[in-house]
Amino acid sequence: MRATLSLALRMLLRDWRSGELRLLVAALVIAVASVTSVGFFTDRVGQALVRDAHQLLGADLVLVSDYPWPAAIADEIPRRGLEPAAAVNFISMVQATRGGEEKTQLAGVKAVTANYPLRGRLRIAPGLHAPDAPAGSGPARGTVWLDERLSSALGVRPGDRVRLGRSEFTFAAVLTLEPERSANFFNLAPRLTMHADDMAATGLVQVGSRIRYYLYAAGAREQVSAFEAWVRSRLQRGQRVDNLESGRPEVRAAIERAQRFLGLAALLAAVLAGVAIALGTRRFVERHLEGCAVMRCVGATQRRLLTLYSAEFLVLGIVGCAGGSVLGFAVQGVIAYWLVDLIRAPLPLPTALPALQGFLTGLVLLLGFALPPLLQLKNVPAIRVIRREAGTLRPPTLLAYAGGFGAFAGLLLWQAGDLRLGSTVVAGFAIAACAFVGVAWLLLRALTATRLVRGFSGRSPMLRYGLANLRRHARANAVQVASLALGLTALLLLTVTRGDLVDAWRRAAPPDAPNRFVLNIQGDQLEAVRAFFAQRRIVVPDVYPMVRGRLIAVNGRNVSDGDYAEERAKRLVEREFNLSYMAQVPQHNVISAGRWFSGGAHGEAEISVEEGIARTLGFRLGDALTYSVGGETFTARVTSLRRLRWDSMKVNFFVIAPPWVLERFPTSFICALRVAPEQEGLMNELAAQFPNLTIVDVAAAVRQAQSIIDQLIVAVQFVFLFALGAGLLVLYAALVSTEDERRREAALMRVIGASRAQVTGSQRIEFLAMGLIAGLLATAAAAAIGEVVASRAFDLDLPVSLWLWLAGPVAGMALLSFNAWISARKVLGASPARVLRDSI
Amino acid sequence: MSTDAGTPIVRVSALTKQVRTGDIDLNILSDISFVVHPGEVVAIIGASGSGKSTLLGLLAGLDTPTSGRVVLDGHDLSQLDEDGRAELRGHMVGFVFQSFQLLPALTALENVMLPLELSGRVDAEEAARGMLSKVGLAQRLLHYPKHLSGGEQQRVALARAFVVRPKVLLADEPTGSLDAGSGAGVIDLMFELNRDFGTTLILVTHDENLARRCPRMVRLAAGRIVES
Repeated sequence: MRATLSLALRMLLRDWRSGELRLLVAALVIAVASVTSVGFFTDRVGQALVRDAHQLLGADLVLVSDYPWPAAIADEIPRRGLEPAAAVNFISMVQATRGGEEKTQLAGVKAVTANYPLRGRLRIAPGLHAPDAPAGSGPARGTVWLDERLSSALGVRPGDRVRLGRSEFTFAAVLTLEPERSANFFNLAPRLTMHADDMAATGLVQVGSRIRYYLYAAGAREQVSAFEAWVRSRLQRGQRVDNLESGRPEVRAAIERAQRFLGLAALLAAVLAGVAIALGTRRFVERHLEGCAVMRCVGATQRRLLTLYSAEFLVLGIVGCAGGSVLGFAVQGVIAYWLVDLIRAPLPLPTALPALQGFLTGLVLLLGFALPPLLQLKNVPAIRVIRREAGTLRPPTLLAYAGGFGAFAGLLLWQAGDLRLGSTVVAGFAIAACAFVGVAWLLLRALTATRLVRGFSGRSPMLRYGLANLRRHARANAVQVASLALGLTALLLLTVTRGDLVDAWRRAAPPDAPNRFVLNIQGDQLEAVRAFFAQRRIVVPDVYPMVRGRLIAVNGRNVSDGDYAEERAKRLVEREFNLSYMAQVPQHNVISAGRWFSGGAHGEAEISVEEGIARTLGFRLGDALTYSVGGETFTARVTSLRRLRWDSMKVNFFVIAPPWVLERFPTSFICALRVAPEQEGLMNELAAQFPNLTIVDVAAAVRQAQSIIDQLIVAVQFVFLFALGAGLLVLYAALVSTEDERRREAALMRVIGASRAQVTGSQRIEFLAMGLIAGLLATAAAAAIGEVVASRAFDLDLPVSLWLWLAGPVAGMALLSFNAWISARKVLGASPARVLRDSI
Repeated sequence: MSTDAGTPIVRVSALTKQVRTGDIDLNILSDISFVVHPGEVVAIIGASGSGKSTLLGLLAGLDTPTSGRVVLDGHDLSQLDEDGRAELRGHMVGFVFQSFQLLPALTALENVMLPLELSGRVDAEEAARGMLSKVGLAQRLLHYPKHLSGGEQQRVALARAFVVRPKVLLADEPTGSLDAGSGAGVIDLMFELNRDFGTTLILVTHDENLARRCPRMVRLAAGRIVES
């Protein structure tokens, strides 16, 4: 056994030295690095979530509600001997004056009781970038704590004054860490923390404000459990209980989704690497047929050959997997670095588990894709040393690869963690690969139809020869073209299609689109706000009424998030809607089904629903929807569906009713307007005059979202770079797989008198045709994927990209021309006699 | 099993090889019988297509006959499976081919070491070095086949064949890919090694001059022995 392993090692070193194994190792390293980089990263995030679980909630139990908790529940906490605390969360404008300049910034405000948090500690620092320490209690009355982002945005330092609503506070300390940190994992708004008793004076709690009310409880485990059971049975819609196990399910869900996506992208890179391994092993086997025959000749049994080569590949696999894991570890550090703004928590070191998963993936790839061709080596008859034609390699049957594909499909499904998503990806990849091979084969046959080839014969024998070659190798060439097309698709998606998508998204917002949203305008402020704009000669924008309501029943049947499978639908049902009322259909809306409100105030209540949300929630024309608004309910029938453009930056509503239906409910108002750069000061003035208004700088929000998206793209790109690398490997493997044969043919042509130009000419024609077909296939695939992504994910129309249709085929032809050039150099570099002698 | 001058080391009886091409059975070899004694040097000679290479393949157990038997050092090849034949070859048969059959990825030294390594010999490198210096390539140990001349490559092949001290050496047109000068050198060396190691040599060639240097000739024509 030791002797076998030692010989296998020596064989490995010899094969490595001769360059036979580089492609395989590269493919293996890419596959494993791709899987482990994502694995290590998600492992660290997962560990951080577990580590922080005890202080994630700030208590043992948290009660969350969209409206104030009734005293019956709030009072029950201390009555049961549990420690209570409370907090209120909302978004508001914070203002500061520094050096005579007024600055406003949107912030996530959290007003807490002095004993918050019950579990874990807040940490504060006396100044920006100063060392922090645990805080004994929450902010004192009259003071606030700002996090670094907010104090930087406002340009304030501890000791300065900031305004919030109608009140002014002293900025007492920089908040560096708070419990419920997981909420900050993907939190966009910077944080301001204040004392709960200062809330009322700010005047910010008004109609239409989106406020979350929190109650915290901590104490002995049994008492907490008993209280949890008691309160769960009394929960109303819009109320929920978080405990350590369920802790912030939406954050976990978001992270899990991100992990799945990255994991699938990584596995696709691994699948491509698998194709490269299969092609590379086949070439390895072809090049070892003679050697194996000689070894059989000098006494190696089939079993010995199989043992030796299996051991060689096993060692190769272990080395490749180890290399891939090291690279994966390095790359996960880069991913974490790029996402540092997104994940505002220090991440612990990863465990070894992802490396183990990487090894598993790598070995499955190697066994699944390398073993079928490798097994053929043992069958090489010894007589091949005398008669070369004996024991020619037959391509392994699809059945031989079935095990590998099966194992790999299993890995994909496991990674997807969702049978439907997983099987969609598996089926999608399999169908795309088969379609590529099929279409490539058909195109090759069509292009080289005998009549066509004969038509060229008079003009250029080289053209005829090149095309005839294409036809002769149609099957092998189809596989090469398909592999090339897969690699090119990854390349095009990452470059051209991504750029097109971003452009389409930018174009979707017209240049005069509104860039500020003003929310929370109260009914009694309406005239004053209008006057504010009129006095400053700003076109008074359309102001829309807004009523917050929750969907509670459809056609008389109560609904809850449990009724829906789709995540988005669950979220929509769980949260409050912004409903509006108006008599006329808004200009930027189009009725896509039904008709706009017709009846007067005496008919049946009607509503108009946006068609996307109607699809998600399964609403149809004629359905009766019941909403709860501030404890009251109303029911209305869907009489129209509307199509609207969310990217128009205008005020849009999912649900609109005629005024008479909603007017009686508490209403706030919202408007959108365009502010020129020189009018920036006016917004600060508006905020100062009406401190309760929330002014959202859309451009800044878009910029912020854009920068987050850019970070995500960079992180995802790292994973896609692996896919691209794997694609290029497939491409290379496909090209070198026929190199030996081409060299022999070229040498023969030279022997029978072909000039160098003629040899290169015929090869170039063959390669150009293959490059063209691969480029067209890749372009079609990239365009199709881009179209699906644009319409499904971004709701955009992606125009046909001339650039893409130009870049794809040109890239395909350029790559293969380059290969033809390299190949010609190799072919013509060696003397034909030598090539032919070596190939005897 | 011991082999003395009285017991043949190779016994071929009524050997026939047919191949089927299309609907026609083609007789490559018909009713071939002869014996070779230890230490004998035998040339199998015949024109191209006379069946001599097929006969060599059958003698080595590389191929199986349609009928008849080959007994190698007391082992009936027809009673052995492919792996059994491979093991037998491993410790008693050496090969020299027309096209050298050196592994291009291995150096001269590694090519010679290969059969020893496969049989698990720990002194593979030492033995291979010794054999390469015996064939005059002590200075070319680390050269790859593509950097050696044809004559040198065939010397490496000879070293690889003799390094396992085979009882029988089978040579298939050993000078077929060489010019006259290098060919003669290789043949001289082969005979010299054969003498030194006391190997039985069976040589396939179409070269009458080469065949005449062998004490015994088996002449084939159209798959039959016409002179023995």
